[in-house]
Formats: sequence, structure tokens, C-alpha cells
Amino acid sequence: MDRPLPTANELDETDLIARLRAGEEQAYETLVRAHSPRMLAVARRFLGDGDDAHDAVQEAFISAFRAMERFEGSARLSTWLHRIVVNAALMKLRSRRRKPEQSIDELLPTFLSDGHQAEPAVPWKPIDALVRREARDLVRHSIDQLPESYRTVILMRDIEELDTAETAEELGVSPGVVKTRLHRARQALRKLLDPQLRGDPE
Amino acid sequence: MTCREFIDFLSAYLDEELGTSRRRVFEDHMGECPECADYLDNYRQTIAMGKLICDPEGELPIDVPEPLIRAILAARSEVG
Repeated sequence: MDRPLPTANELDETDLIARLRAGEEQAYETLVRAHSPRMLAVARRFLGDGDDAHDAVQEAFISAFRAMERFEGSARLSTWLHRIVVNAALMKLRSRRRKPEQSIDELLPTFLSDGHQAEPAVPWKPIDALVRREARDLVRHSIDQLPESYRTVILMRDIEELDTAETAEELGVSPGVVKTRLHRARQALRKLLDPQLRGDPE
Repeated sequence: MTCREFIDFLSAYLDEELGTSRRRVFEDHMGECPECADYLDNYRQTIAMGKLICDPEGELPIDVPEPLIRAILAARSEVG
């Protein structure tokens, strides 16, 4: 490639949208090259590194192409495409053969009969104490161990930063269910991270 | 308030959804129980660490395989 393509931020979106609506092929290529890296990153967080993530990105773009006429200029293209790829990744997850989900119970805190924590929490090392890359790999690996319905909610709420109402709508559950699952997912993730992050030598 | 109740209400506390009196009971427990204060810190750190995995520094640049880009553009021609 002779010249670097502009990043998503540098693109003049209004102009690009007009060219997309006019069906200009070059505009579609610009859109795909500018936005696919981030979209693939999102799809991989839900689906792992295999072909499913590629399929989800492709399906997301096809949905976007079909819906381009309905795209409202008030949203940013990146926000709109983000929502579409999250939706495509969720569809892909649903279409996978369902394994019975493991219970999250063993990852939740346990309590003594008097209500005290059975395994008392201790302070964690500051995140900065870990090499960033190491921390990222640890979190990714730990999130992958969560049961799927909890993993999905923590990804949507805490990582992709959809709000409770959007998450509930995408998953077809009530906002209350989203809140409960998110709280359990965070507790479970905390338990999975704990052995690596405890500040005191064991 | 027991530790169990404290942990049950933790998420509502962070979302500022507790009423004044329940919030006061929650904060009183936190002041008296270092283990629950630590749990709350762990919980906050868990949320912060989740964000690390979409740290733009970490995820970019992702090389999108050229065949995938080509397939998307080919599909676009079919959508018309």
C-alpha cells in the first residue's frame, strides 16, 4: 500500500457517509479497513481467536451495509458499528452448540454461619505492579473461565461498556437479571484473580 | 449488617442505588470490617482490570487478514 489509510478518527464521517450512501466502492473499502481491526478485537473477546470471530465481523459488516440507509448521522459510525458487531457476536454465541453451562456457585464468596466471609479478602497488589501485558493475559484468561451467560454480561457491561438497558435488550432479559449476573460475574472474576493478586505472601 | 449482606449490596452501593439509611449502615460496616473494605477494593480493582483487555494500546494494531477484508467487500457487492 502506497499511503497509510486514515484512521477512523481522521475520517470525515459526514463525507464518508454520503459516499457510502451513494454506493461508492472506495468508500466501502475505506470503512472496512478503518473499522475492522477494532471490530475484530471485539468479536475475539466474545468468541476467541478462531473463525467464528471472522464470521461475526463479516456478518456485522453485511448488516451494516444493509442498514446504511437507516444510519442516523447523530451517532458516530464507530459507536454504531460497535453495537452491530456485539450483536453479531451474540448471535454467533447463540448458534454454537449449547453445552450445559457450569454453575457459577463455586466462584461466589462463601460465608460462615455468623455471616462473616469464610475466606476473608486481603488487599491486592496495585495493578501497576504487574506488567501490563501480563495483567491483560491474566484477565483475559480468567474471563474465559466464567460460565458463558456471566462472561457475556461482564464483557458487555464492563468491557464493551454498553449500559444496563442496552445489555438487557440485546440479551432479551430484564435489567434486574443483567444487574444480578453482572454482580455475580464480578465476584467470580475477583475470586479467579485473587490468587495472583494477593498482596501478602502465602 | 453481616459480611454476606455487605457483599450482596456492594454493586447497588457502587451504582449509588442504596437509600440514605441503608447506605449509612453499609458504610458503618465498611468502617468496622477491614475484610469487607478489602473486598470492596478488590471488587473495584476487578472492574478496572476488566478494562485493561480493551486498552487500545494493547489490542492495536490488529492485523485483519486480507482475505477477510476481501470477503467483506465481495459480500458488499452482493448486497448492492
